[in-house]
Amino acid sequence: MKSLEELKELRERFQKDLRVRKASDKPKVIVGMDSCGIDAGAREILKKALTEISQRDLDVVVTQTACIGECDNEPTVTVDLPNEPKIVYGDVTVDKVEKIIVDHVVEGNIVKDLVVAELNE
Amino acid sequence: MDQSIYRSHILICGGTGCVSSGCKEVRSSLEEELAERDLVNEIKVIETGCHGFCEKGPLMIVYPEGVFYCKVQPEDMEEVVEEHILKGKVVERLLYTDPTTGENIPSYQEIDFYKKQQRTALINCGYIDPEEIKEYIATGGYEAIGKALTEMTPQEVIDEVKESGLRGRGGGGFPTGLKWQFASDAEGDKKYVICNADEGDPGAFMDRSILEGDPHVLIEGMILAAYAVGADEGYVYVRAEYPLAIKRLRVALEQAEENGLLGENLFGTDFSFKLRIKEGAGAFVCGEETALMASIEGERGMPRPRPPFPAEKGLWGKPTNINNVETYANVPAIIKEGAEAYKQVGTEGSTGTKVFALTGKINNTGLAEVPMGITMREIIYDIGGGINEGKEFKAVQIGGPSGGCLPEDKLDLTIDYDSLLEVGAMMGSGGLVVMDEDTCMVDVARFFLDFTQSESCGKCTPCRIGTKQMLDILERITVGEGQEGDIELLERLAENIKSTSLCGLGQTAPNPVLSTLRYFRDEYEAHIYEQTCPAGACEELLGAYVIDGEACVGCTVCTEACPVDAIAGEAKEEHLIDEDACIACGACVDKCPVDAITQ
Repeated sequence: MKSLEELKELRERFQKDLRVRKASDKPKVIVGMDSCGIDAGAREILKKALTEISQRDLDVVVTQTACIGECDNEPTVTVDLPNEPKIVYGDVTVDKVEKIIVDHVVEGNIVKDLVVAELNE
Repeated sequence: MDQSIYRSHILICGGTGCVSSGCKEVRSSLEEELAERDLVNEIKVIETGCHGFCEKGPLMIVYPEGVFYCKVQPEDMEEVVEEHILKGKVVERLLYTDPTTGENIPSYQEIDFYKKQQRTALINCGYIDPEEIKEYIATGGYEAIGKALTEMTPQEVIDEVKESGLRGRGGGGFPTGLKWQFASDAEGDKKYVICNADEGDPGAFMDRSILEGDPHVLIEGMILAAYAVGADEGYVYVRAEYPLAIKRLRVALEQAEENGLLGENLFGTDFSFKLRIKEGAGAFVCGEETALMASIEGERGMPRPRPPFPAEKGLWGKPTNINNVETYANVPAIIKEGAEAYKQVGTEGSTGTKVFALTGKINNTGLAEVPMGITMREIIYDIGGGINEGKEFKAVQIGGPSGGCLPEDKLDLTIDYDSLLEVGAMMGSGGLVVMDEDTCMVDVARFFLDFTQSESCGKCTPCRIGTKQMLDILERITVGEGQEGDIELLERLAENIKSTSLCGLGQTAPNPVLSTLRYFRDEYEAHIYEQTCPAGACEELLGAYVIDGEACVGCTVCTEACPVDAIAGEAKEEHLIDEDACIACGACVDKCPVDAITQ
């Protein structure tokens, strides 16, 4: 180790690997992964979401959920940004995942034509 | 896909406690299940150090949700992966159940055992992979030494530690900054720093957990001490009975060297430091600093008189600073966050936190780090969950064989170095052994004295012969052969041993006897004058059991329970105990369905 700056750069880099362990207030992309979701192809949606998030180096949690009662619209993706209502997108395809992440998660614009529900908690 | 980004981290506790309860098998089973479902690129499995709640091990935490599973078994992994990891459904039956409300608690921060804890020394234990230096660096690791080397003088480091109020966590509670000042002021071309990791108190395992769970924090603390006192070489003296701790420390040393955090010219300065492990052979006395240094030098582990203190003449006659594991583990936080922030926790005379190992007749055995100034009652009841099987609390032994036993009316005492000394106990390394109504206090004193007596190195007469005399007296009291004057003789011997022994082992060996005499003198008197053991623990003093013929239903359960066939009787007829054959073990009493057996 040659300098404190070098160490701090390393920390920045390594911290990314540990992001997932400090998830409480972070934006979340939640894929419906109950039997209904998996049957409709949610595994591929989840993998795609994970790839998109890691390629863009976003500090966003990608996680899974059980059935949310939208079985007809599976696969679903829910975008949960801090202090905003959760937006549920339905009939999501691999191509639509990218759009949801770019438009909604990055830019903050809800992709209106894909929304099937809005959850206020 | 980028292999380094995982959507979930599954942390499995890999401390010695969870290894014993089977975490290795759980891990293999988990990895098989993940592979079967093609999840290895999405889910990372990490083996951490001790998470503290050993009672409920093996423990597992699933991030990002932070779901806490306890007592997980290899056969549970299929359900965890299929239901939770794949489908997002928490496996309720593996959650911790609150014993009072009966509710399942998914997140460990909400569990009573963790709620009152405050972590400094253990902050990374159970959170990071101890065999991966990257994870320590990701938490800000080695930034304290980076800051000290590039922005502070050695004296400024010492002043910061002095200002923090940190006191030695291994026993006596000597101010750490002052100790460093002595070693720094001592004249010498060569100086050493040593870490005393010869943790030997019965039931204490806080140092082991730091070594196993966060070895880099110890290394960083020792580099800081070395810089402060002007040492370029150090030793970690760790007992060979801690193989996992030694293995992880060895990995950590290698990784620190590879990353230029140990060795020559650290952080581009002219400061260099070399750190080695010395494995001890397990003699309790080697936890005494002068005996420890003799052991490193290849001599027999025996203490020598002080002064000269190690700061002046230590290892190989050179000025040496010795602290224990937990003490060093507090230092990086002090340098990084500053003394002022550190002092916000704890009391005026005892700053910061202390790790306690909870053992004995307590529901939640494990490791808890709490702010100084907390009461014993909070530790035992709020964190420890109270006494096993709903029994009555009787005493708590604090400070290991050098400490003392405190009774019920001392439960509200706030815990700090000075208040414990006032009541005849000591902080020691932080072992807490909780005892219930069935524990005989004379027997407890005998147990601890038996321990120190057999660990006495024999160099000085008061310890070698005095503890043997005390032990003989205690042994005869517990078998009903106590004599009038025994209590006074014990007290006299105790005072002599305390004031004339060469080292801390002898000077503190009588403490368990003195503190039980102070608070439970009536139990000694009952043994000596009435030949009875009020707790019903000393077998020789128990009378034989008898069966109440009126109440006996002749079910024959007791005849089967008796290990020495002392009970006779036909089915549906009254049973009888042969008083000569009865060993008063009580096995029949526990089994009798109508409570017909008494003593």
